[in-house]
Amino acid sequence: MSVMQDRLSPNQDDFYNALIAAHEGLSEIDSHALNARLILLMANRIGDLGVLQDIITTARSYSDA
Amino acid sequence: MAYDYQPYPYVAPPGLSAPEERHAVVIVGAGPIGLAMAIDLAQRGIKSVVLDDNNVVSVGSRAICWSKRTLEIFDRLGVGERMLDKGVTWKIGRQFHGGDQVFSFDLLPEEGHRYPAFINLQQYYVEEYLVDRAREFPDLIDIRFLNKTIAHEDHGDHVTLTVETPDGSYTLETDWYIACDGAGSATRERMGLSFEGQTFQEQFLIADIEMEQSPFGDEKVPERWFWFDPPFHSGKSALLHMQPDNIYRIDLQLDVDADGTEEAREENVIPRIKAIVGDKPFRLDWVSVYKFRCIKLDRFVHNRVLFVGDSAHVVSPFGARGGNGGIQDVDNLGWKLARVVQGQAPEALIETYNEERSHGSAENILNSSRSTNFMTPKTPIEALFRGEALRLAKDQPFARKMLNSGRLSLPCSLEGMSLQTQGMAQIAPGQVLVDAPLSGEDGDTWLLRQVQGDFTLVGFGDVLLPDVPGIRRIGINTRADYPCFTATHNHAMRRYGSPNAYLFRPDGHVCAVFDTPTKEDVAHAHAKALGAELEATQ
Repeated sequence: MSVMQDRLSPNQDDFYNALIAAHEGLSEIDSHALNARLILLMANRIGDLGVLQDIITTARSYSDA
Repeated sequence: MAYDYQPYPYVAPPGLSAPEERHAVVIVGAGPIGLAMAIDLAQRGIKSVVLDDNNVVSVGSRAICWSKRTLEIFDRLGVGERMLDKGVTWKIGRQFHGGDQVFSFDLLPEEGHRYPAFINLQQYYVEEYLVDRAREFPDLIDIRFLNKTIAHEDHGDHVTLTVETPDGSYTLETDWYIACDGAGSATRERMGLSFEGQTFQEQFLIADIEMEQSPFGDEKVPERWFWFDPPFHSGKSALLHMQPDNIYRIDLQLDVDADGTEEAREENVIPRIKAIVGDKPFRLDWVSVYKFRCIKLDRFVHNRVLFVGDSAHVVSPFGARGGNGGIQDVDNLGWKLARVVQGQAPEALIETYNEERSHGSAENILNSSRSTNFMTPKTPIEALFRGEALRLAKDQPFARKMLNSGRLSLPCSLEGMSLQTQGMAQIAPGQVLVDAPLSGEDGDTWLLRQVQGDFTLVGFGDVLLPDVPGIRRIGINTRADYPCFTATHNHAMRRYGSPNAYLFRPDGHVCAVFDTPTKEDVAHAHAKALGAELEATQ
């Protein structure tokens, strides 16, 4: 697990609001599909495999199982 | 001890026996906003009549968090120090998830300001202090308790009101009608103005308790504590604040379908409080169950009827943007209305109250509705995102900042609006003054006390200020034939940069900045801030 640098501040509220708004009106299944697309698009935008691997490991480290 | 409500006396108004002369200003509502409005106008020599249907101060503590900017405005109105002395000063907020602290913030991490980030003080004290202050202007402020406005009509250049008293009803005429009659504004309803926006389905239980010991644990802690999913109130949110007189404010989120009347019953509230404070003895002081709305009027100016405070806009309380927003309305309108009443500015200047405060109110609504949304996820996906943000917040700084339990009230910027002259500076035109300590021939003072109240040109460092009629001048860290001060610990110089001159409006907002202020440029910016260019374009 890595502690990630805060690159979102001071726009975190605008981002969170846009993210939640994007899910408005979607069923739970459609919302999960939207999340999957978001991850893939963001991964492509990041591009750097080392960074992506680090993010995956960090995110996974918070899972209970 | 519970607050001792002293009824204010009703005096039969003159209008019951003979018609009164037309008044310049009638203010409907003697809450904190109406009273502050009357005081602001009185300090500028403008008479007003204040009508209120009641005769006691706020029942229940209601608004309790007063921001730094509000205290600075109250300083100008003559009640800031008294509020600071009585209030509980705080600046630290802590957020908990379950039983663990995930994030804390410091709202004023620097020295050199007269007023702190926030004080907590019950609304009844604020109103009491404002009534006391208003009574220092017996020739200018005519407060009429038990005078209920039941009708009004706008006649273009004046407004007539019908007012009901225990002795019958009478009519009044006024050039300007200021509606400070709160969230349920009868003025607004009579005019049929649309007041629709987001209403949150979740209900919140708000309880004030009095206790000798502290609910914050072992010590009395003057902080704002917020819990997502606290151990004592599973799956919901909770907020704890300390007030004077050993009173503590507790907000608890309830179920969407909770029965508000049932929840407010003492036998149902007490177990919820005991879950928080344990066996420590307490007394219930005030309880209320709320649903929150985030709404504003499209326009705050309707010809001669002006809406100020909650009558114009309501927000959810997370962020302390209700009462504080209303006081900023007063600060914005007071000097403009006084100038118009005195014939020193065009009526179009009043329209800029609408432009500037409508913008401030929209910003407050945006922030408070986002906070309330974060606290009350509407869908499983929203709950999922919030839950994971909370989980990441344990280690990840970016996620901590995402947790939104209220973005606390800051003064809005009026950059780019009609009255400001564009320019570049550390404090850009439109922004509000940043306080700093000064010392002068008469001892120590504060920038806010030298700047607020009237147009003031301030020179920081080696800059010569021209003499322009209607503008006070002060110099900082310089010598000149106008009052000069030294910047204590250099705070003022760091905050404003030097050499530089700033022109402040009477409400403390910067309206122009200059490297080398010429008489012509300063006079032009001054005239613009008084609406000269508005008149030309209409």
